[in-house]
Amino acid sequence: MATAATTPQDSASSTPDAIVVRFAGDSGDGMQLTGGQFTLSTALAGNDLATFPDFPAEIRAPQGTLFGVSAFQINFGSRQINTAGDAPDVLVAMNPAALKVNLAALKPGGLIIADTGAFTKRNLDKAHYEANPLEDDSLAKYDVLAFDISEKTIEAVKPFGLGNKDALRSKNMWTLGLALWMFGRSRQPIHDWLKAKFKSKPDIADANIAALDAGHAFGETAELSGPMRQMEMPPVQSEPGLYRTITGAEAVSLGLVAGAQLAELPMFFGGYPITPASAILHHLARLKEYGVTTFQAEDEIAAICAAIGASYAGQLGVTSSSGPGIALKTEAIGLGIMTELPLVIVNSQRGGPSTGLPTKTEQSDLYQAVYGRNGDAPMPVIAARSPSDAFEVAIEACRIATEYMTPVMLLTDGYIANAAEPWKVPNPADFTPFPAQFLTEPRGEKLLPYKRNEKGARPWIKPGTPDMMHRIGGIEKHEETGNIDYSPDNHQRMTDLRKAKVENITVPDQEVALGDTSGTLAVVGWGSTYGPIHQAVRRSIAKGCSVSHIHVRHIWPMPKNLGELLKGFDHVLVPEMNTGQFKTVLRDQFLVDAQPLTKTSGQPFQIAELEAAIAKYFDGIEGNEGGEVAVNDQQLPSPIAEND
Amino acid sequence: MNAPVKIETTLKDWETDQEVRWCPGCGDYAILKAVQRTLPQLGADPANTVFISGIGCSSRFPYYIESYGFHTIHGRAPAFATGAKLANPELDIWLVTGDGDGLSIGGNHLMHVLRRNVNMQIMLFNNEIYGLTKGQASPTSREGTKSPSTPIGSYDHPARPAAFALGSGARFIGRGFDVSKHLPDVLKAAHAHKGAAFIEIFQNCIVYNKDVFDDFAAPKGAEDRQLWLENGKPMLFAKNTKGLALNRETLGLEVVDVVDGDWESAGVIVHDVTNRSVAHMLIEMPFGPFPMALGVLYDDPRPTFEDAVTEERERASAGKEANLAKLLGTGQTWTVSGTAQDPV
Repeated sequence: MATAATTPQDSASSTPDAIVVRFAGDSGDGMQLTGGQFTLSTALAGNDLATFPDFPAEIRAPQGTLFGVSAFQINFGSRQINTAGDAPDVLVAMNPAALKVNLAALKPGGLIIADTGAFTKRNLDKAHYEANPLEDDSLAKYDVLAFDISEKTIEAVKPFGLGNKDALRSKNMWTLGLALWMFGRSRQPIHDWLKAKFKSKPDIADANIAALDAGHAFGETAELSGPMRQMEMPPVQSEPGLYRTITGAEAVSLGLVAGAQLAELPMFFGGYPITPASAILHHLARLKEYGVTTFQAEDEIAAICAAIGASYAGQLGVTSSSGPGIALKTEAIGLGIMTELPLVIVNSQRGGPSTGLPTKTEQSDLYQAVYGRNGDAPMPVIAARSPSDAFEVAIEACRIATEYMTPVMLLTDGYIANAAEPWKVPNPADFTPFPAQFLTEPRGEKLLPYKRNEKGARPWIKPGTPDMMHRIGGIEKHEETGNIDYSPDNHQRMTDLRKAKVENITVPDQEVALGDTSGTLAVVGWGSTYGPIHQAVRRSIAKGCSVSHIHVRHIWPMPKNLGELLKGFDHVLVPEMNTGQFKTVLRDQFLVDAQPLTKTSGQPFQIAELEAAIAKYFDGIEGNEGGEVAVNDQQLPSPIAEND
Repeated sequence: MNAPVKIETTLKDWETDQEVRWCPGCGDYAILKAVQRTLPQLGADPANTVFISGIGCSSRFPYYIESYGFHTIHGRAPAFATGAKLANPELDIWLVTGDGDGLSIGGNHLMHVLRRNVNMQIMLFNNEIYGLTKGQASPTSREGTKSPSTPIGSYDHPARPAAFALGSGARFIGRGFDVSKHLPDVLKAAHAHKGAAFIEIFQNCIVYNKDVFDDFAAPKGAEDRQLWLENGKPMLFAKNTKGLALNRETLGLEVVDVVDGDWESAGVIVHDVTNRSVAHMLIEMPFGPFPMALGVLYDDPRPTFEDAVTEERERASAGKEANLAKLLGTGQTWTVSGTAQDPV
């Protein structure tokens, strides 16, 4: 294990135990593909890693512009990696705009690899550069490695007879080849991938392979001095087993499939295209042999209504969206709560409000998840903390939905959905099944569709079951028969019963992720802030601070011991990518003086900004009564915000 | 056709113990009776029959039918029904909606359930008014309708449910009205149609839009103003003294006189339920100069959505093993061996 003081930032000069690389280029340059393949080679080399794809909302933004820059950051190392890294050690800039947008993030002394072929007058103008930064001294505090990647790529693919425009499409593979050489990686898996990807166009596959090999050969043979050198990154010590890389969207999809199997139910997935949630629909659409029906509905409302209809008919209904789509589904969620049918709702949160930042990450739908419905409409909410964690969380959502006959909201976010990390492949047999129970005959003399079991759940009765006909709907229903009942006492009782059912859901006790179970400061997080909080707390503990990391999966209902646990700390700091929503819920539930640490730049927290916030509790300022610790000044430049 | 086995039931078997809460004299009572009368004739199985509705007066319908029933939310019943049908294609689903529920808030879903052709019967009770919210003009209200929300008279052009359905791709269009003795026949034809069968039922709202359909639905002189269509039969009305013919100059329908029953020489056309162009003309022809076209206007089945979904799932699954452990470990994987050490 690395000591807390050893960070990627301060270790590149010696033998680093982690490196952050950011590939940046035009949205048409294939940076996400490059990053994805580099990730794969990194995983195959046995390093731990975390990635952060950061791309614009436009599919093909005008070429060369600042707002068209697409970037992919990867942090990999020979130790445990929890975040995509704060500042890159290496920045690959495929054009001037990519350099301009990403330079501020690069750490001092970092390496810039730039394609001089793309630094034309026209591209420099589009990036608002008055002079070519590669030719003046504006990059003096960095190592710059600039050469004509465009030309070298055209040269490498010449034998395949491609026009210049097509040839330049292989630029990203040339660059990837160079990166593979830098970190001593095998090219074979990428060769295999290219052959499979361009199966029907073998000459395109060959051209890309030639470009990749040329980039690799360039690193090997070019007599370069200075920054151009190979870096060794030994594999991380991991638990033995089978590993793969996984994104949050894949993990949610697989978790839902596993959850439906554990519930012994076919799954019905109703979806409507929306960024960043569509990937779940895409994954599940390919898993039909697992008893999955996917339905691309006419809108978000129809997607959830169809899922509820399927649950009514005896399948596990699932729907998925992002904030704006969840808003549209809200009335139907209320019906799911009223009719007490199982349903899993996945919210891959993005920046809001309204359309907000479709491709950027945020955690600002927590209020919407916990409170955002008309009437007293309690609903369980759980949150995944990382791509791989989303697998287990999705299973947990299926369990709660079927055992308690209730809609459940599963929160992820744009970061978790898109980011990849290594995943130790679990054995499905290790999960305890929770087979769904259908009622097929009355439990007494009379059919009582709303008579609850010991968990507070009403029975699930499928249409098609003989002699069990009954009617359900959104109008308040009688406590036992489920018939329409507007009477005052009955509504009071039903409101209480619905509330009690959700409050009494069995939730595991809250554990401390890192540090002691009491002390000066508890840093309480939820969702995708896990990585940066964990690293920041680890570093702070190493500096001697009495600080612990608590990460909450069960947002609603909360673990029963959480209030007591928090009361064991003098201070509670809640970092989240919103304006303090979970902080408010914690205050409300436990009357603790939880302090917010908020960030809404569309970018994940950096370890350094959390570390700085933690330090304020330990720098001699008595108490440091909150408010002042809300650091928002470390926000990364956002190309979209700058230009729109 | 959905129920594998025909079940013997009586009208009584389809009545629930729930008190019916429509206004006295509401047309919904007659429709309820017509449906309860039709279901035994279909051999329908109450356990396999599901009534799904949205919100509005008509949407209270499921509470009064002794089968499975789901009273959902405003306008969305087609989406719930689609999900239920895909989850269990054996269910015999009846959708109940109204002009506000189906054509205003739920127009989008109605359009898509029709174009997808999900096998179910869709009954749209058209009373040209919002009843449950106390009488506002609806999307089918005639121009000039005075209501609490349109005190001087409405000025938006009404939607035509059957034209909307045909335009959305419906393959069955039926029409009837609440107290018509022919309504069960239309319901039976709709049930026999495999696919989304759309039935517009003119329904008298006794409180907020009383007798608005009397111009054609009133018993007196009904023969002159109602054209009950029958497949393979000439389009005759007014005791066979009038018929519909095709005017070759306007390419539209016209009313012609039939003398001594000789409809052929009058040029009266024979109803072919599969003729979409004629169906369109029948739906669009203005009442007044023309009679009101009732019965089965169009019936031309094509493959259903649930069959396509089932077939696709079977095709996609063919030869594939559903092995979750294997699925989790697919893609490019690597194995870490040796003694475990604390990874942190």
